[in-house]
Amino acid sequence: MEIVGPTTHDRKGGRWQQLFSTPLVLSAMKQSLIMLRPDIQWQNPVMFVVEIGALLTLAFILRAVFGGAAGPFSLGYFVALDFWLWLTVLFANFATAFAEERGRAQAEFLRRTRVATPAKRLLADGRTEDITSIRLKPGDCVVVNAGEPIPGDGEVIEGIASVDESAITGESAPVLREAGGDRSGVTGGTTVLSDRIVVRIVAGYGESFLDRMIALVEGAVRQRTPNEIALTLVLTAFTLIFLIVVVPLWPMAYAAETYMTSYLGLSAPLHSLGTDVPTLIALLVCLIPTTIGALLAAIGIAGMDRALRNNIIAKSGHAVETAGDVDVVLLDKTGTITLGARRASRFLALSGVTERELANAAELASLSDETPEGRSIVTLAREKYGVRHDPAEIEANFVPFSAQTRMSGIDLLSDGLQIRKGAPDAVIAHLRRHGVNPPGGIDLQIANAAAEGATPLLVSEGNRALGAIVLQDTLKPKIAERIAQLRQMGLHTIMITGDNRLTAATIAQRAGVDDYLAEATPERKLEFLRKEQAEGKLVAMMGDGTNDAPALAQADVGLAMNAGTQAAKEAGNMVDLDSDPTKLIEVVGIGKELLMTRGALTTFSIANDVAKYFAIVPALFAGTLPWLKVIDIMHLHSATSAILSAIIFNALIIPLLIPVALKGVRYRPIGADALLRRNLLVWGLGGVIAPFIGIKLIDMFMVALRLAA
Amino acid sequence: MWTLPLLLLAVTILLSIPMSKYFAWIMDGRYRAPRVLAWFEERLNTGQQNWKQYVIAMMAFTAVLFTYGYVVLCLQPIAPLNPLGRSILAPSLIFNTVISFLTNTNLQHYSGDQHLSNFSQIFFILPNMFLSASIGFCALSAIIRAFRGEATVGNFFVDMWRVVAYIYVPAALIIGAIFIHEGMPMTYQSEQTVTTLEPASMGVDDHGAAKPQNIIVGPVAAVIPIKMLGTNGGGFYGMNSAVPLENPTAVSNFVTTFAMMIFPFSLVLMFGRMLGRIRHSVVIYCVMLAMMVGLIWWTINWDTLRPNPAFTGTSVERSYQIADATAPGGHRAVVLPAVASLPVDQSLGNLEGKELRFGTSAGAVFAAVTTDVTCGAVNGEMDSLNPTASLSPFIGMWLNCVFGGKGVGMINLLLFLIIGVFLAGQMVGRSPEYLGRKVGAREMKLAVIALLVHPFLILGPSGLFAATGWGTGAESNPGAHGFSQIVYQFSSASANNGSAFDGLGVTYGFNNNPNPAPEAVPLDIATGLVMLFSRYLPIIAPIAMAFFLGRKKVAPASLGTMRDDTITFGVLLLGTIIIIGALLFLPVAALGPLAEHFGPIPFGG
Repeated sequence: MEIVGPTTHDRKGGRWQQLFSTPLVLSAMKQSLIMLRPDIQWQNPVMFVVEIGALLTLAFILRAVFGGAAGPFSLGYFVALDFWLWLTVLFANFATAFAEERGRAQAEFLRRTRVATPAKRLLADGRTEDITSIRLKPGDCVVVNAGEPIPGDGEVIEGIASVDESAITGESAPVLREAGGDRSGVTGGTTVLSDRIVVRIVAGYGESFLDRMIALVEGAVRQRTPNEIALTLVLTAFTLIFLIVVVPLWPMAYAAETYMTSYLGLSAPLHSLGTDVPTLIALLVCLIPTTIGALLAAIGIAGMDRALRNNIIAKSGHAVETAGDVDVVLLDKTGTITLGARRASRFLALSGVTERELANAAELASLSDETPEGRSIVTLAREKYGVRHDPAEIEANFVPFSAQTRMSGIDLLSDGLQIRKGAPDAVIAHLRRHGVNPPGGIDLQIANAAAEGATPLLVSEGNRALGAIVLQDTLKPKIAERIAQLRQMGLHTIMITGDNRLTAATIAQRAGVDDYLAEATPERKLEFLRKEQAEGKLVAMMGDGTNDAPALAQADVGLAMNAGTQAAKEAGNMVDLDSDPTKLIEVVGIGKELLMTRGALTTFSIANDVAKYFAIVPALFAGTLPWLKVIDIMHLHSATSAILSAIIFNALIIPLLIPVALKGVRYRPIGADALLRRNLLVWGLGGVIAPFIGIKLIDMFMVALRLAA
Repeated sequence: MWTLPLLLLAVTILLSIPMSKYFAWIMDGRYRAPRVLAWFEERLNTGQQNWKQYVIAMMAFTAVLFTYGYVVLCLQPIAPLNPLGRSILAPSLIFNTVISFLTNTNLQHYSGDQHLSNFSQIFFILPNMFLSASIGFCALSAIIRAFRGEATVGNFFVDMWRVVAYIYVPAALIIGAIFIHEGMPMTYQSEQTVTTLEPASMGVDDHGAAKPQNIIVGPVAAVIPIKMLGTNGGGFYGMNSAVPLENPTAVSNFVTTFAMMIFPFSLVLMFGRMLGRIRHSVVIYCVMLAMMVGLIWWTINWDTLRPNPAFTGTSVERSYQIADATAPGGHRAVVLPAVASLPVDQSLGNLEGKELRFGTSAGAVFAAVTTDVTCGAVNGEMDSLNPTASLSPFIGMWLNCVFGGKGVGMINLLLFLIIGVFLAGQMVGRSPEYLGRKVGAREMKLAVIALLVHPFLILGPSGLFAATGWGTGAESNPGAHGFSQIVYQFSSASANNGSAFDGLGVTYGFNNNPNPAPEAVPLDIATGLVMLFSRYLPIIAPIAMAFFLGRKKVAPASLGTMRDDTITFGVLLLGTIIIIGALLFLPVAALGPLAEHFGPIPFGG
């Protein structure tokens, strides 16, 4: 799943290590003590119950010390019990606090790019004044020259420049930002490397998009997702269920004591751990799902954090979670599936025209076309056919390419010959204006080119059509593999393209996407999205343009490119700082890992209980029904050591699983059934077996240290 | 040994396939009824109901049935068909009995042949058996319709009519004909006086003449078919299906056992058929079947194939140390001395409390099946099962979804399923889904409420009664066995099973009984309340849950969604049931049957 380059990776590695720093741990430790406050602890009902239990045990100990008797069991046992009960709560609090601290540290890292910078504000008369970025207001225009930082979020309204966005994205390669179009958004804190641009500021200091996003990330830390709420509810219910199991044990154990006393004919009543309140509290704490209760918050926070480490800012934990549930992914063809720069690959001359003739005309017509496509035509003509014209030597009027005419060309001054190259329909219309109908072979050529997944351009000279230029769009390397991976994850991939149906179909087939939407307009895209959602599917898409905004807002997961327009970033529920459209795949993976981690630790937590029963139940009745020792298949040292071992295991498993909660259970695109089988084996069966081993080891350890009575 | 259970399972499985098809056909209303019946159905149809209206109709119907039952039982002394002059039952017993038959439990704190007139048998027992058995069936149908995403879940009265008129009555007629053929009484008479074969086996009168035997008879063959088909279990006679007149032959025993299994088996498949997800229901069916086979095997293995430990001695003395502050050294030794075995041939296994007419494994099979499907009929004495073998009926009632009662067993399984899906389903990397719909907080809340009721109503009262005279004063054996008796009583009440670990003194009898069982009144009231709450909450909450789940959008299945028709899913479901079941009831199992098995036998000697 890792797609970042080595540089980024190193930097992330560094950040990862930095996050395990001592101050972070210390601060989390302090926080976990503060969280003992009942009104805060209450937010985690499972751990709140543990805290109450620890308090009750403490009261019991105090009563035993000041006056009352502790019964037949040593005070040391109760003190040890209470110690581990408190540790259980603290471990749980630490897990949450640590994850929160890490989230905050991540946010801080981003915030550090938000220092005040000097800015040159453009005045009405065209002069500039120097002010600090703090005083910029939305609507102000600033001039940014090469080497200067961009003082705030805004849109380029004049000029073109290469910008270093590594402060935010970690990507060292500069990106191009230009006025107009979908690459006009710039972010405060990034640096202009070349040229000069004028930026209209869209957000005041501290209110910039990134500022608000950081605030959201920090706020989301405490915001629980619907799924998390449901799970908390179930965990609370399980706590209640185990309360129902444990409370009646007291009278039942009492009944056993009564009849054993009479069976043995004793004068004084027998006492077993079964009627000992602190022991029953320990049993309750062992049974209630403390493991997942402790780690639940941390898992959610870590999910957002993982997104952040992939340079994706999620506006809420819910957005990350939803990503795991996505059924349909809309992928833009250009930039996601193909490299986007279409290159001329062949000239197809009509009968009666030589290829060289065609190449010659095409080169001439493309001299004034500065788009990558135009340049690639010139290159092909020169390299393959040795055509070479120097624009300076030609006496002609150049007709530059424009989005309106969709043609470029040249009008030779010598004979008034008009040479044109452009989109088929535009050139055909041009020919018709000259009173000529295109020759019959041309439709076939267009169709053939489209069927190859290529885009044809037509070339005309005067009132004669010469032939077609085939523009080939290259697939991104390894894109087919990644799409196959998406399919393995159970996602339906749909390619969105403005191309015609034939071209779209061919590229779709070569890339291996399931379906495509050809001749797409923003409206059609939105309509398509709504249709899919009406069928109950969750849809993810990426977008950068302003006209993508409605669809981004409508999509269940809308990943906006940081390089895109402000409107797009506002509309989506995630922003990719790297502006890498293939990130959608990572986003889905992160969402799935979040859900899987939650499921795995819940299953593990519940499965753990089986072993604890085998340790605790015989111990509870060792004083009355000693033959139940048969159930104790772990052969624990004594009743009290059995109970202590169980409670210690129960507490220790929390910090041991913190790394799993933070890193997440790895998602493998092997299909749901295989994944479920695997996880059931690891976390379900493993969850049943692990505590048998763990409890036995703790018991042996206590015996070795002569701690067990 | 194994022929009977295997044959039973094979026949039931085979017949459950066409039966489920028929059920689905009826419940979907695709039949064309004869004109008279159709006219009647038309009158009952009050229109489509949403889930709330359906539940209200169900509860209103229940209230009417409750009142009706009370009136009929109170009328017993003055009503006709009472030649033996049975008087009025004790108030607490009436309360308990009315609820017992209303809730399809048929926990009998009385003895049918001793305490009820034919009037009560015909007008109280019989209609209750048909109607209460239909409620679970109707509820399941409503849940299926809600799962299908329908806004309305059908009409309760029409459903009730369909179940009774087109399903139970025809089936009961067929089974009844077989029973009558096998020799079951069907008469308005109440008593037959016969001369015993062995003179004076009933004792002699004051003049030294041999007393004749008075045999209670009545419309037995009317009651018994629906007793089994509706998994009611309340026998005409106190000793239920062990009595030759209630279960005359090996054939009738086979049909009896089959009759209680067929509906719960078929209903699981009906669930799949009506939802259009047969494979899913087959997986559920197999999970239930696996549990049932396991429980039958367990009972036969520990009862039919093992000697009765009361007769088997232990050749070695066992000694245990227990903590006792009053003893020197803080420890006291408990010694279980070696016991010589009694000279009893035990090659046929534990024969105590078995009806030997049916063969050696029939009792064990019946004990396992009747508790799995919450029928509660018995053809042997549960109390006499070997302690370990008695775990099987306990487990059947605790899980309450090893096929379970008609409709409710399937509903109970859905609760485990939803919880399993919710907890473990996320491990495929999607938020939990069932039937393509996201399971949210509200559905989970309802499922957990329904699941909570059962352990709460078993463990709470068991603890209360075990520690107080209410329980210890009623049990016939002290110690672990007595504890089992108490737990069994509440397990049976809460599972709406109705069988009993006899030995607990629960019978007050007639109101004028001078020597009632000492603790009968608290037991009547407590089990009555347990039956009531454990019946309706676990039906209503799942209907609501199904509704809230059903109205959500269905996401199409893909490679990434968890499939609910695979072996993996079956393992997940089975694991959930076993782990949750064990967590809830393992301590009680240890204190009762296990403590009895590992402890000194006989206890208290």
